[in-house]
Amino acid sequence: MVAKKHGKELSLKFYREMFKVRSFDLKAAELFTQALMAGNIHTCVGQEATAVGACQALKSTDFITATHRGHGQCIAKGGETKLMMAELFGKTTGYCKGKGGSMHIANVGLGILGANGIVGAGIPIAAGSGLASKIMGKDEVTLAFFGDAASNQGTFHEAINMASAWKLPVIFMCENNKYGVSVCIDRVCNTQDIADRAQGYHIPGVVVDGNDVFAVYEAVKVAAERARKGEGPTLIECKTYRHRGHYEGDPMAYRTKEEMQEWKERDGVIRLRNEITASGVATAEELDAIEAEITAEIEAAVEFAKESPYPDVSEVTTDVYAMDNERGIAR
Amino acid sequence: MRKITYGQALSEAMHEEMVRDESVFVIGEDMGVMGSVFGLTRGFMEEFGANRVIDTPISESGFTGMSVGAAIRGLRPVVEIMYIDFTPVCMDPIVNQAAKMRYMTGGQVKVPMVIRAPQGAGRRNAGQHSQSLEALFTHIPGLKVVTPATPYDAKGLLKAAIRDDDPVIFIEHKLLYAVKGEVPEEEYIIPLGKAEVKRTGKDVTILAYSRQVTFALQAAKELAELGIDAEVIDLRTLVPLDWETIAASVKKTHRVVIAQEAVERGGFAGELIAQIQGELFDELDAPVKRVAGLNVVPPFSPALEDFIYPNAKDIVAGVKEILGKK
Repeated sequence: MVAKKHGKELSLKFYREMFKVRSFDLKAAELFTQALMAGNIHTCVGQEATAVGACQALKSTDFITATHRGHGQCIAKGGETKLMMAELFGKTTGYCKGKGGSMHIANVGLGILGANGIVGAGIPIAAGSGLASKIMGKDEVTLAFFGDAASNQGTFHEAINMASAWKLPVIFMCENNKYGVSVCIDRVCNTQDIADRAQGYHIPGVVVDGNDVFAVYEAVKVAAERARKGEGPTLIECKTYRHRGHYEGDPMAYRTKEEMQEWKERDGVIRLRNEITASGVATAEELDAIEAEITAEIEAAVEFAKESPYPDVSEVTTDVYAMDNERGIAR
Repeated sequence: MRKITYGQALSEAMHEEMVRDESVFVIGEDMGVMGSVFGLTRGFMEEFGANRVIDTPISESGFTGMSVGAAIRGLRPVVEIMYIDFTPVCMDPIVNQAAKMRYMTGGQVKVPMVIRAPQGAGRRNAGQHSQSLEALFTHIPGLKVVTPATPYDAKGLLKAAIRDDDPVIFIEHKLLYAVKGEVPEEEYIIPLGKAEVKRTGKDVTILAYSRQVTFALQAAKELAELGIDAEVIDLRTLVPLDWETIAASVKKTHRVVIAQEAVERGGFAGELIAQIQGELFDELDAPVKRVAGLNVVPPFSPALEDFIYPNAKDIVAGVKEILGKK
């Protein structure tokens, strides 16, 4: 079985990370519903295997660009839940001092070049990071997360074309969750698989079961190796599904209960749990212990966020410019 | 002192910065083999290699976005958008990415990139190659906006822009590329945010930038013959703005005319007027006058184009108007 092949350590690492992503987003949704958080929250519940499988296949020195549905991507790349939760609360202890919020988590030290509120905008930024690695002669890889809807933006085609032409060390990671807000991809795109678009740019295009963390991991490993060898980018399409709405409170009238139920039965977290226990890689008790640890971590993150101070109002005018900020904002 | 063109001055600035700092690279359409459509990077590809002199496909949004990514990673891209009229094709990477990245990340990242773009009418390039769009960028916090008027300033300001840690929209004027001026052999930098008093005078202040500086100086000469002593200030940088120099001049002359090639409505002159009347109202002896472009699309026909933007005659008329002279 696949879990056996990858061994206990990695399998449990996957489970820990996926459970962490899910717990974080479920908690965020709960707090949002209680009006303890402002703004917008886009959860990735149901898509954990994609974020975790992809980031686990990268090195800590590699980079990602994340999306507006990016909590999982950032956690999977090493983001600390308490600093992320504090950011969601708009607190000064958050990753962006409360200035970015849910859609703009970034930490360059961890290789998180930034989540993005503009659909498709992170794709050229990732390609540019790949260009930087090539110019500097470094063997880092940059992975761009984006959704099915972003693959219809010009930025996707422009970036993938240049990355292919110049053999940039980039992985184009499409999380196809079927919907751009309310619009099913089938209604606005006459391509069965988004990965087919790779053919137009003469790069490998791979379709992966996005709820199978091992499959995602293996596909990204292959793509990363190809990128590091200077052979250029890969387009990976992960078929997955978001269990919750585009935003919290979304009535989701655009999809059927049957469809939602069908995808819940293919849930990546439960599937991994079953796979690990059935293959004898670890026991249910071991997984329960991990879950308890993560649950405690998320609770602690919420406490940390709640207790953290809001930024001082003087912060509203800092960080607009790196140089000559005062004069830059004065007039 | 030697004289070189505005275009050569820009070329030297990029060349010197690329020699000095290997994190600087140029990227854009026709930058490499051709050496850019205005010839500014001729010979660069042979000298610095294709990795640092990048010929892009016609993908303004893509390569501008990529430059944001490279800048976040610590490189210093100098992006050329062939005509400023093409920047609307890549507004997202400029306005939503480059300009906001530092603030949204709580000051974690710098985006040290320069976007060079020529603008301006007078070359019979018609509606999509002749606009002046500086106001689109002065409106966006996070961007700096530079508008050199002379070869000397073009070089010194571009070097400063390349060394700056923020995204800089560096607006050149197509009609100035061939204009010659004194530029010393030795290295110099002109800091961003410093205006220059080009001519001192006591009767009226003329604020100008980019090619309008040339017209403002011509106007001042004509006004002198009429006994009107005009002070001409080249703003050089619109963001950050050198308010101290402007205020000192207004307090001296008490009258202001602003010359702007861009269409009048929503232009930077309107912003200057708001600031001057808001903070220096008691100093003013007359309403501030703007002499600006017509609110029209740039036409092709030579019989029409020269009427859409102000020249020295228009500035003279503006000054006479606020001085109550016929």
